[in-house]
Amino acid sequence: MVPIAIDNVTLEYDTPAGKVTGVKDVSFDIGASEFVCIVGPSGCGKSTLLNVIAGFLPPAAGEIRIDGKTVKGHGMDRGVVFQDFAQLFPWRTALGNVSFGLEMKGIPKPERDRIAREQLRLVKLEKFVDSFPHHLSGGMQQRVAIARALAYDPSVLLMDEPFAALDAMTRDDMQSLLADVWRATRKTVIYVTHNVAEAVYLADRVIVMSAHPGTVQADIRIDLPRPRDPLSVEFLECQKQLMRHLGHKVSGNGVGH
Amino acid sequence: MQDAATTLSAREAPGHAPGRAAHRLRGIWRNIFPFIVVAVLWEIVAISGIFPARLFPTIEAVAKTFFTLTANGILPHHAIETLIRLLSGFALAGVFGVTIGILMGRSRLAEDIFLPLVSICAPIPGLAYTPLFLLWFGLGSFSSILLVGFVSAFPVIFNSWTGVKAVKEIWVRSAHSMGADDRRMFTHVILPGALPYILTGLRLGLAQAWRVLVAVEMLAAVPWGLGWLIFGARKFLNTDAMLAGIVVIALIGLLLEKLVFQKIENYTVVRWGMVAA
Repeated sequence: MVPIAIDNVTLEYDTPAGKVTGVKDVSFDIGASEFVCIVGPSGCGKSTLLNVIAGFLPPAAGEIRIDGKTVKGHGMDRGVVFQDFAQLFPWRTALGNVSFGLEMKGIPKPERDRIAREQLRLVKLEKFVDSFPHHLSGGMQQRVAIARALAYDPSVLLMDEPFAALDAMTRDDMQSLLADVWRATRKTVIYVTHNVAEAVYLADRVIVMSAHPGTVQADIRIDLPRPRDPLSVEFLECQKQLMRHLGHKVSGNGVGH
Repeated sequence: MQDAATTLSAREAPGHAPGRAAHRLRGIWRNIFPFIVVAVLWEIVAISGIFPARLFPTIEAVAKTFFTLTANGILPHHAIETLIRLLSGFALAGVFGVTIGILMGRSRLAEDIFLPLVSICAPIPGLAYTPLFLLWFGLGSFSSILLVGFVSAFPVIFNSWTGVKAVKEIWVRSAHSMGADDRRMFTHVILPGALPYILTGLRLGLAQAWRVLVAVEMLAAVPWGLGWLIFGARKFLNTDAMLAGIVVIALIGLLLEKLVFQKIENYTVVRWGMVAA
């Protein structure tokens, strides 16, 4: 819903051996309501970059602007979904988790329950509003986490490999569900993944990063019509193109990684 | 055997699945079996006359004394006095222990100040402090309560501190991104996140409180109390009264565990899946 500018961002880590540059001079813009995937090998700093956009870490140089305003720390204009299932609060039901942000905003209980129920319906969990997280499967927990990040209506959704720990079949379902949710809400989404097929399935644009230090290697627009068919020739062609940028050898029609 | 148990329990508890009732009956049997063995051995020794009957009474004699002392109100009076001291001391330990432990977990300064002190004082046996407390605060209930509070605060402090440290960073980040301020981060995330550890600390603290209180009652010249009852009974060779006192201590401990701690845990950390049932 709002544009984001990542402007010459450099990140450094403190290690026992001294400062290490994780990400160097990364710049790109993201349009309003755009779904952008960041892919790259492990160690390219894609997750760290997401944490900087979320405001959990300050950049060593450069700045990030959301809707023209420089990011300083975390804020309710951004919702965050992590990879770890443990991100949900085990002491709150699905409904309690989803209404947390609304509670922080000071919205009265009947209203926040109504909104939270609506969000849970969006991720197809209306039957599980009163379940505690430990009674839900991994895929369900991640759906609660998505509903929770959307409930207080942030304009940007930041997702850090949310489906990486799920089995392949559940992951496919989650991806199509997320595509539906995105179509319904039109949030600006930044989605970090190392899964090329996932990026092609979800993204309007894919930022390919290379490692040591992390830099933007390619910026590729995916113009396939939605909903996308992962078995179509065009889809596989996009996948191959991405894999080439990531330095994989691609031969014939087979795609693997 | 199993059929008999099934029909019996099915008659006793209509509506329950017979399999579950039989399972429960077997569980109860497994729990009381060791006590039956000890009771039988006890009776053999008592009846054999190895010890004089005065020093090693039979279970019937202890039970008789137990009921007489209960009926004439002496045992309940002792028990209530002890319980009041226990709960007052334990309340002090709970309030100060949880507060200090959480402070240590949240603030580096508090950790630097309290951790060395707590580490040194905690392993010292509670009884070693007793003469000091009696000299400072006098004989009687007041110093017993203070001592119980002081000694049983240590496990509470340690576990609350560990609990706060063990709160997952991802919960804190999630709550931050959803706009939690410091106060609500504390009440809505840190406290429930640390609760499994805090409850463990309170449970250990209560056990500690029991141990030190019963011992201190023997030294603090209190007029009533189970520790005093047991200690005083020695002078008159009233072993049956001593044993009755020990039984009451065991019963109160069991009740506090089953009725208080297990209930709280089942309603919170077990229901939330943070601790296995």
